[in-house]
Amino acid sequence: MINSKKLTIAAGVMALAVQSLDLSAATLRIDNGAEPGTLDPHQSSGTWESRIIREMFETLVSHGPQGELVPGLAERWEISDDGTTLTFHLREEAQWSDGEPITAEDAVFSLRRLLQPAMAAYNANLYYPIEGARAINSGEAQAETLGVEALDDHTLRIHLVRPTAWFMQALAMNEAAPLPEHYLSEHPDNWIAPGRTPVSGPFSLSEWVPQDHITLSRNPAYFAADSVALDEAVFYPIEDANSALNRYRAGSLDISYSSVPSQRFDWVQENLPEALRVSPFVAEYFYMFNLREESPFSDVRVREALNLATRREVITEQLLGMGQIPSSWLVPRVTEGGTRGQMAFADMSMDARMARARELMQAAGYGPGNPLQVELRYNTLEDHKRIAVALAAMWKPLGVDITLNNSEAATHYAAVNEGNFELARYGMVATINDPYDFLGSYATDGSAARSTGYHNAAYDELVTQSSRILDDEERARVLTQAQQTLLDDYALLPLYDYVNTALVSPRVSGWHPTPMNVHPLRYVSIEE
Amino acid sequence: MLNYIAKRLAMAVPTLLIVITVSFFLMRVAPGGPFDGERQLPPEIEANLMAAYHLDEPLWMQYLRYMGNLVQGDFGPSFKYKDFSVTELIMQGFPVSLELGALAIALALLLGIPMGVMAALRRNSALDYSLMGVALGGIAVPNFVIAPLMALFFGVILGWLPVGGWNGGALPNLVLPVIALAIQQIAYIARMMRASMIEVLGSHFIRTARAKGLSEREVILRHALRPAMLPVLSYLGPAIAGIITGSVVIEQIFGLPGIGRYFVQGALNRDYTLVMGTVVFYGVLIVLMNLIVDLLYSLFDPQIRYDDD
Repeated sequence: MINSKKLTIAAGVMALAVQSLDLSAATLRIDNGAEPGTLDPHQSSGTWESRIIREMFETLVSHGPQGELVPGLAERWEISDDGTTLTFHLREEAQWSDGEPITAEDAVFSLRRLLQPAMAAYNANLYYPIEGARAINSGEAQAETLGVEALDDHTLRIHLVRPTAWFMQALAMNEAAPLPEHYLSEHPDNWIAPGRTPVSGPFSLSEWVPQDHITLSRNPAYFAADSVALDEAVFYPIEDANSALNRYRAGSLDISYSSVPSQRFDWVQENLPEALRVSPFVAEYFYMFNLREESPFSDVRVREALNLATRREVITEQLLGMGQIPSSWLVPRVTEGGTRGQMAFADMSMDARMARARELMQAAGYGPGNPLQVELRYNTLEDHKRIAVALAAMWKPLGVDITLNNSEAATHYAAVNEGNFELARYGMVATINDPYDFLGSYATDGSAARSTGYHNAAYDELVTQSSRILDDEERARVLTQAQQTLLDDYALLPLYDYVNTALVSPRVSGWHPTPMNVHPLRYVSIEE
Repeated sequence: MLNYIAKRLAMAVPTLLIVITVSFFLMRVAPGGPFDGERQLPPEIEANLMAAYHLDEPLWMQYLRYMGNLVQGDFGPSFKYKDFSVTELIMQGFPVSLELGALAIALALLLGIPMGVMAALRRNSALDYSLMGVALGGIAVPNFVIAPLMALFFGVILGWLPVGGWNGGALPNLVLPVIALAIQQIAYIARMMRASMIEVLGSHFIRTARAKGLSEREVILRHALRPAMLPVLSYLGPAIAGIITGSVVIEQIFGLPGIGRYFVQGALNRDYTLVMGTVVFYGVLIVLMNLIVDLLYSLFDPQIRYDDD
């Protein structure tokens, strides 16, 4: 239908365009998976945002090449013996990209801004351990009452209400990055603007075309600018995983963060082995039981029986096959802090498990003659459906009759939040690399506790206690005990620990798989 | 003529008002809100978010606030894309969608009309069957199947064209999405054109024209073509509006920064302001397109005149 000559000409033009792109030496082209909703560190909520923000705004405590915590804008710090006073010494040479010095005042300004109710920051609660933070965020106190002070231009002191083991992780997040007070006070709105926003990180924002691309350019004023190898990084918001794969194959991407589509995984494994990077992720796939009285799952025997009859290996190996780790726990094994514990049936044979499950169901008053009718809710996605169907088949012999109910994400999570479900699919992704992120959700006021109605005073006490212990070994012991309490209650139906998949060109070096999916670009380089 | 246009535009105001009102309340009836996601928020944080977007106010007050802002041309801030206003998002995305859509429609007319005419003139011949067979294929195969296949073949395997991306609207980046977008329209137009051409060719005035001894070429070009294009013309109004705003799939597959995706994303994210913005924009666009088509009618059909009375 189309003139073939024209096509050839078009192809030639394209070839030229590709070449001219490649000429600009150290440019890294990244598929970011989605369009950032914002680049304001206080307003962001997703990895597709923090991945870019992290490059623009350096935090006091930063991430190393392997995702570990390393000094950032603060070159060192001291923690008082009682664990509640933190003193940070900022690098004296550090300056904003517009030449202004980066001071402790900028850090104070930023934390106060973060906690103002009008900022409506998603992650503000991670900073509630700071004195006065919760009251400020609830609108009950003025921002100036926050327990953060600048002792001098380069010394920052933070006062905590109580010792908090995971607080350093929170300080390494974008939210806690110092912000340029001198610029923001003059441009409070729309201060994120290409070519203008003063930054403290290795890269500055040079271009942003919504839904098309975001370009970051090397910031020569960055304190470690000499060690940064890349000149530019371009982020593309590609939402379709198959398109991302095609664009990678066509050579127009160097890194793709869109998960490899599960139907294409085998193909990618076979054909792009040098690019495929799979690694454990601090995220858990599980089903929530509604534990309230009117739900059939208020009976622990039913919860245990379903857990016993679940063959997790079938799901991870036969349905998914990307290296997901079958789990009978809530805290993914890759999470820092050494939390262990598992459900009691780990060493039982499958026959023994099924026998026990049948006994339990019978004792609870269910059986083939009197099946347990349950509605299983999940958010619409092919893999969620396949898993739900497989589980329904595994539970069938127990006399469990599953009705599947799928809805799009917002509807699904609204129902879960309101506790309007019996059994619901859930995915919990860590905000910080700490067991508290998972265990806290089932403790007092936690999100999972509110959804499911779970309550166990002993568990709550252990979780609260664990956050205050600063000794690593002792803390791991208490966390394990807490997790075991939750698992002995069969409060949930764990399925697997997630994995991250990414495509990384062999031309890229300095990129390491990390459990939180953090890959600072200052350590990354690309072969020309 | 001007009188007619003014009348039509005045009539559009209540239509749009109804569309906006119904959409506003329908959107709110849908379960789930903009902050219901995989991560459940602590009550304090959720309260702050609700207050920041005035979602804690009674619905009627939110409606009045929205309408008040709308009258001043303010679509409000997007809930999801916080660094841009809805107006900015639409204004940045529309030129892309417009360019894609206009090229696709032009291509569809350029190919569809001659295909339909040829098929009608060689009715029931091998040419007719093969053209209409191709057209049927174009209608039957959805563009979410065609587009990735084209991307794979021309982009990955042959490496002739970019697999995706906008690149400022560079020609090579346009080729695949425009073709993918046009295929279905080419097919529709060809079939429509064939049917109406056959009908026109059977009418009395064509017999008269032939009887006058005009050449077949003159009969077709001067007498038959214009009236035969009327059904295509009336199809164009909604087709243009639809193709410009509704190229969701194509934009997603080729990663293009148009406004089509805002419809779907906005609705899925419960991004109330973004959905409303696109609804208003789409509403205005349809009203204008229909008006233009009706005006064009008078050029093609001598029986229609919009005279001032």
